[in-house]
Amino acid sequence: MTRSINKSRRDFLKITSLTAGGFMLGFNWLANEAKASAVVTKIAAGTDIGFNSYLSISTDGLITLFSPNPELGQNIMTSFPMVVAEELDADWSKVKVVQAALDTARFDRQSTGGSGAVPHSWKLLRTAGATARYMLVAAAAKKWNVDASECSTENSFVIHKASGKKLGYGELAQDACNIPIPEEVKLKDRKDFKLIGTAVKNVENSKIHTGKPLFGLDFYRDGMLHAMIQRPKAFGLKVKSVDAAEAKKMPGIIDVVTFGNNVAVVGKSTWEIMKARKTVKIEYEKDGNLESTSDHDKLFKTLLDTGTPTIQRKDGDVDAAFKNAAKVIKSEYQCPFLPHSPMEPMNFFAHVRADGIELVGPTQTPANARAAVSKLLNVPEEKISLQITRLGGGFGRRLKTDYVTEAAELSGIIKAPVKVTWMKEDDMTGGSYRPAVRYRFEAALDSKNNLIGYKLRGVGINAGNCTRQDNFPSGAVDNLLIESIEHISPITTGAWRAPITNFLAFAEQSFLDEVAFAVKKDPVQFRLDLLDRAKNNPVGDIKYDIDRMVGVIKLAAEKAEWGKKKGVSQGFSVYFSHRSYVAQVCEVKMEKGKPAVKKIYAAADCGEVINLSGARQQVMGGIVDGYGHAMFGKLSFTEGETDQKNYNSYRLIRMREIPEIEPHFVDNGIDPTGLGEPALPPTGGAVANAIFKATGTRIKNQPFNEHSVFTGKKLQSKMQGTKVN
Amino acid sequence: MPSYQLKINGKSYTADVAADTPLLWVLRDHLGLVGTKYGCGIASCGACTVHMNGSAVKSCVLPVSGLSNAEITTIEGLSENGDHPVQQAWEEVDVAQCGYCQAGQIMTASALLKKNPNPTEQEIAQTMHGNICRCGAYHRIREAVKLASTKI
Repeated sequence: MTRSINKSRRDFLKITSLTAGGFMLGFNWLANEAKASAVVTKIAAGTDIGFNSYLSISTDGLITLFSPNPELGQNIMTSFPMVVAEELDADWSKVKVVQAALDTARFDRQSTGGSGAVPHSWKLLRTAGATARYMLVAAAAKKWNVDASECSTENSFVIHKASGKKLGYGELAQDACNIPIPEEVKLKDRKDFKLIGTAVKNVENSKIHTGKPLFGLDFYRDGMLHAMIQRPKAFGLKVKSVDAAEAKKMPGIIDVVTFGNNVAVVGKSTWEIMKARKTVKIEYEKDGNLESTSDHDKLFKTLLDTGTPTIQRKDGDVDAAFKNAAKVIKSEYQCPFLPHSPMEPMNFFAHVRADGIELVGPTQTPANARAAVSKLLNVPEEKISLQITRLGGGFGRRLKTDYVTEAAELSGIIKAPVKVTWMKEDDMTGGSYRPAVRYRFEAALDSKNNLIGYKLRGVGINAGNCTRQDNFPSGAVDNLLIESIEHISPITTGAWRAPITNFLAFAEQSFLDEVAFAVKKDPVQFRLDLLDRAKNNPVGDIKYDIDRMVGVIKLAAEKAEWGKKKGVSQGFSVYFSHRSYVAQVCEVKMEKGKPAVKKIYAAADCGEVINLSGARQQVMGGIVDGYGHAMFGKLSFTEGETDQKNYNSYRLIRMREIPEIEPHFVDNGIDPTGLGEPALPPTGGAVANAIFKATGTRIKNQPFNEHSVFTGKKLQSKMQGTKVN
Repeated sequence: MPSYQLKINGKSYTADVAADTPLLWVLRDHLGLVGTKYGCGIASCGACTVHMNGSAVKSCVLPVSGLSNAEITTIEGLSENGDHPVQQAWEEVDVAQCGYCQAGQIMTASALLKKNPNPTEQEIAQTMHGNICRCGAYHRIREAVKLASTKI
């Protein structure tokens, strides 16, 4: 038994003692969804039940739920417990939510990313609640000597209507332990949902509003040291020499340690290490290409013409279609790198001891972080504990493990507990980014303006496959070719909220708009016609649900009164990503000769909405995120070094720049399909399409605010034009 | 190391720190008041906003040596029970997503409402311009400021 496990065990025993006389339900979280039917372990109070516990009810009626997944603003700490509480018929005011530490034996998929937590756990959570409810009802029925079917539940009470008897869950908890565990339980009909679908407030609101320590940066411990790390100032450089003599003499400084290309200044307080770090003289030498954005601009064009693409999807005979075309439309779209820039700067606490490692901090992928530390320091995973704090944003940055491993490595070197804090500049200049990408689209039209051929070739920097080959309109076009080209660069890239689709959606939806205008069709009707074609006469595999896509298109068009309004220019966009569907209509008015984005309507189909308040936040926040970055987001490089360093040179959207947003949800009762990301991708396209409607000018590159429709200047780049052959 | 007497949330504190130490790091590293957040360190994001003599200021660029006679209020001291009208409004509107910027947002909003209890939507946006919310919860922040103005 290791010390880290012991700690988890101690935490657990504390919980069991809190619930003395109650019962706990353990779920086999390793069971896949198909086998989700309650693998429940009955627990006697105070007994060490191992590491498989999820829900507890104490004799005083308090229901405690562990929230296994990292919380970064997607509101999982509220929505997960809501699902359990719904099936349990729990009194929501007596539910307590506790963030669980990393524990792969107790929990399955303890990560945040890909809008996947709720879709993954929906049935498990419901089964958790329903099983407990079954046992409580059975306990009451036995006590009253009545049939369980005569009993009902409400607000943490079991009720026998005929006799007027009533017992609280807390009073029944101990007896419920003796009830045989059901192999299968009946889940509620959605028409009986009382909590799911309502607006429930964030369970951590009061702590947030009063400044309680919740985040990784808020973690302090007696004896803990602080460290900041100077990483190479440019991608493609490595450390040649370090002179830290001055820094080491400064007050509060314990040591300056170089490992790999990291120069860590270690001290007693944040400000002291910040100051000392400035005095460290580091010489660098070249370790790779020092790439600039101007190089990438040229490279993209060359690679689109002469690069060797990987074919991602091929339907029909594209060459013949383009050869026989009456008209060909060709267009290119490009986006820059983007930093994730979560509000909470990167940080992690690590304490490497002889008997194990303790890690504390904000991570989207705690299991990966632990595995990476285990591998790096050659310490078995069972000797590493990881406490998940609340995350001050993630956006994909905290899927990476670099900032965890370096904290652990440093702690091992200095043999002390240490919190490594990144300055905002550190992450903007030496972090990980949404890759810069350029797309070339080609559409072939026959003499009757039918879309007979479609080509997309993308080139991205460390982007892997920068296309999504099965996206609409794949399946709706006879001859289709999707290809990708990757340029390998020293610049680090990674997943950024709605990876790839955060820009691809803008490009695809803008290009479809171009084609719609070229064939003189209403953009909404053009999409519906293509979807109709895909439904009745599909080409190849179709990986999206046509009916759901049509559903959001029609709902958005209806709510925005598409095509019926005067005095505004509307643009349309619809996108399927991460299992969900979102259509948007953007409204633009011309003000002082410039387009002003006034309002965005959204229709989302994410299946069952669990928490209406949280769902509206995800849609509105996703749109603000998509709009803000499309308008302003730009990270450029000069010889491997970012030109932007902090929020004074890297622009994020602020309050006075937001348009009005009106979210709507499709109510279809489908199991939840996720909502953390899907509202973001369609926004750029809807906005650019509305700007085209208002100005006759198509914006093809991000950020939009550099375009002449906003600057008033003539186009600086030849990349902006559309060619119609 | 010089010693500074500070008045924070109505209490007296002593901090033995260098003269140029920003209030933010005195609060966080030395006094255990971690509700005030580090965001950018250059007064560009507003996460570190506190009140100095009733006005909203960015504590990440405020050297401790200039605060000898100042009354400082942080999020921890905005109200005794977390029930300042702005905190109440934040709960009612259910503003927070990740929540990291919200202490700064609340401090900026509460200072605004003290000076201008009935701000227009434009005045709210103008004042809140210095506070970034990366999650994009701006609509609810604005709504909560408006709601709070009806409670003050």
